[in-house]
Amino acid sequence: MKTERQVGIDGSGVGMGTANASGKSSKLLEFSKQLGPTFALIVLCIVAGILSPVFFTMSNLMNIVLQVSIIAVIAAGMTFVILTGGIDLSVGSILGLTGVLLAGIFKATDSVFLAAVASIVIGGLLGLVNGVLVSYGNVPPFCATLGVMAMARGLAFVYTKGSPISSFPRQLRFFGSAYIGAVPVPVIEAILIFIAAWYILTKTPLGRSIYAIGSNEQAARLSGIKTDFYKVLVYVISGILTGFAALMFVGRINSAHPLAGQGYELDAIAAVVIGGTSLSGGQGSIAGTFLGALIMGVIRNALNLLNVDAYWQQVVIGAVIVAAVLMDWRSKKQRTA
Amino acid sequence: MEGVPILEVRNISKRFGGVRALDRVNFAVMPNEIHALLGENGAGKSTLMKIISGAYQKDAGEILVNGRPVEITKPLDAIKLGIAIIYQDLNLIPDLTVAENIFFGRLPHRGLLHTIDVSRIREAARELLSEINADIDPAAVVGDLTVADRQLVAIARALSFKPRLLIMDEPTASLSDHEVRVLFDVMRKLKSENAGVVFISHHLDEIFEVADRVTVLRDGQYVGTKPITEVDRETVVHMMVGRRVDTLYPKVHEPDPEGDVVLEVEGLSLGRRLRDISFNLRRGEILGISGLVGAGRSELLQCIFGEISFTSGSIRLEGKEVRFSSPNEAVASGIALVPEDRGEEGLHLEMTVRENITLPHLKRFFDKLRINRDAEKEVSNSLIERLAIKTPDSEQLVAFLSGGNQQKVAIAKWLVSEPKVLMLDEPTKGVDVGAKSEIHRLMSQLASKGVGIIMVSSDLPEVLGMSDRVLVMSDGVITAEFTRAEATADRIMMAATSGGVA
Repeated sequence: MKTERQVGIDGSGVGMGTANASGKSSKLLEFSKQLGPTFALIVLCIVAGILSPVFFTMSNLMNIVLQVSIIAVIAAGMTFVILTGGIDLSVGSILGLTGVLLAGIFKATDSVFLAAVASIVIGGLLGLVNGVLVSYGNVPPFCATLGVMAMARGLAFVYTKGSPISSFPRQLRFFGSAYIGAVPVPVIEAILIFIAAWYILTKTPLGRSIYAIGSNEQAARLSGIKTDFYKVLVYVISGILTGFAALMFVGRINSAHPLAGQGYELDAIAAVVIGGTSLSGGQGSIAGTFLGALIMGVIRNALNLLNVDAYWQQVVIGAVIVAAVLMDWRSKKQRTA
Repeated sequence: MEGVPILEVRNISKRFGGVRALDRVNFAVMPNEIHALLGENGAGKSTLMKIISGAYQKDAGEILVNGRPVEITKPLDAIKLGIAIIYQDLNLIPDLTVAENIFFGRLPHRGLLHTIDVSRIREAARELLSEINADIDPAAVVGDLTVADRQLVAIARALSFKPRLLIMDEPTASLSDHEVRVLFDVMRKLKSENAGVVFISHHLDEIFEVADRVTVLRDGQYVGTKPITEVDRETVVHMMVGRRVDTLYPKVHEPDPEGDVVLEVEGLSLGRRLRDISFNLRRGEILGISGLVGAGRSELLQCIFGEISFTSGSIRLEGKEVRFSSPNEAVASGIALVPEDRGEEGLHLEMTVRENITLPHLKRFFDKLRINRDAEKEVSNSLIERLAIKTPDSEQLVAFLSGGNQQKVAIAKWLVSEPKVLMLDEPTKGVDVGAKSEIHRLMSQLASKGVGIIMVSSDLPEVLGMSDRVLVMSDGVITAEFTRAEATADRIMMAATSGGVA
């Protein structure tokens, strides 16, 4: 799936694509497209390793992937949305609301199973609201999800009256803080979700349709693709994954706070964009998002190790996002020239 | 043709990546001349014009204006040298008024707040528009205008620069006959004022009517320049394609007049836009729908396809009443539509030939929980071969194909399984001569296999050559129906201009 798309996004691909784009050379191009983020990640790791001897220790590396895992799961869902040309600003608030609701359900029923199912169902329903607004209500994605963002956050406060719900037994915390051997469960969960997302986007009609909608919605419609349905579905997927991320989050910090997840939408969007997915839709890959999330994690971790002030960290992350979008924009310009 | 050319280009070359778009091309326009530039799609005409107007940079070669070498590195350079261009896609801003579009970039302000002097530009716009006999309100918003009126606005904008050289890239593609006349008058007037006009068109009739000389490009190379009086249609077509086009309209199959009716439309109406449309389509029949731009032909196809919801009437497919609420239902029932605008509606330019072809049929390729890519390639390759689509392989992005080959892909995507009804909206618009005859051959072949074909076309020879039956629409109603034997260009034009009175 990615293969062909990369030919276009990379200015240098134009020639190759026309002259002799055999299967092999487009495989190569697919690889070269992923090369940008991969290269950036390797350079970052080397620099971080030189600056801090702690960086390359096993415990620190494990720490990075653990910290990244929740954002990565949200970013996986965000990739579906952005590939259709949409955006989901509500994920942070959905995480917050789902977190307090699942905590409440658990406190009331004492059932880990119910709480886990609830997190996915609630997240999915909130995503459904987004999707229906965007697809059938014709509300621009930015506005629809901005509204849901505000409402979900408000409801989280209404439900908790502002105070967090804390202390859960080990069973509920499994999703966020358990280990299998030396590997944290959230990391395993994130990896499984990425494999599933990769499979859906590259091997199934659903994935192909999502790319087709992002690339040219009207042409997709006239090709008999149920564009309205798929546009709802991507927001539901984003909601479900965010709901699951809420379960991971509550398990990890052993508390459900109505403010939880604030600003996560920006981190998730940043991971998608740094990974090379175009904000206008149709171009990009889930592998890129995976790398994008790791890049953000490595930068945060390195800045922490170097004792960089948290406020300055924000500035650096912001600059990285701008740089990534700038590169996306430049490759687009090359393509159309 | 004596004197110094207004514009001369020598040995211009341009590459896009590995593609040689122009290879040492020469071209000169004299004052007092209408110069037609011809070539199949992908021959390099638009690229050459874009280099002259500063939108693209040349890789090699020289440009001379009035005999002096010049560098044109941006559109403003060209404007300053007196070169104005009207692009195929017009480049107007739909949310602004006609007057604002005409003077965009040079809007006069007044007062402290630098507000735009609205009355002044409206007055100036009115003058320019009346010069080209265009009855358009300068205060109207461009987005509300018909395509033909927008074309006239673009012309007025170009004239407002008082150009010494006006370049028009396929200006007549969306104009009705009357508007084409007006355009020709504008061109002749410019010519009489000693300016030069470059005219790109696929319509040879128009070129023989208005041009003084023709230059032909083929595959990015200069073929030659001839005074129009020294060539005939055959020679020009031969220069363009480099081979004889023997049968332009290969009609090989006569449908059974008693054959099964596959599609029946009865009393279909869409507000004021379509009124009481009724017709039948038989298996294996090619039904041509003719009429002027804006007669409601595309809307009719969109109603049948479920893209527009019609207000009243009924549609029967193989005797069963159907009403599609969206295109996916029409597709599932075996109806296919190749829309007029292939870039915007018919194709995914940034996806591969294979992905475009299989998109309407993804379920068919979903096997063992994944899309079977080998099966996709096999089907795509056989269609690439069957339609003679010029592409290195099925993994090429459609954006890199020429217009004619793109159109073939837009049709090929409906041939993975034979549709019951194939609707084609302007199937050969902006398509070069070679690909055009191949598309016609394909249509005949499909009809002979029993596919019912509805072809909307503004190209009269095409309608006459390909249709078994012709419906003529005007102003939202069917004004005439002709059998193949009855149909003539005159009769069709009469019915098309009869203004809704049957």
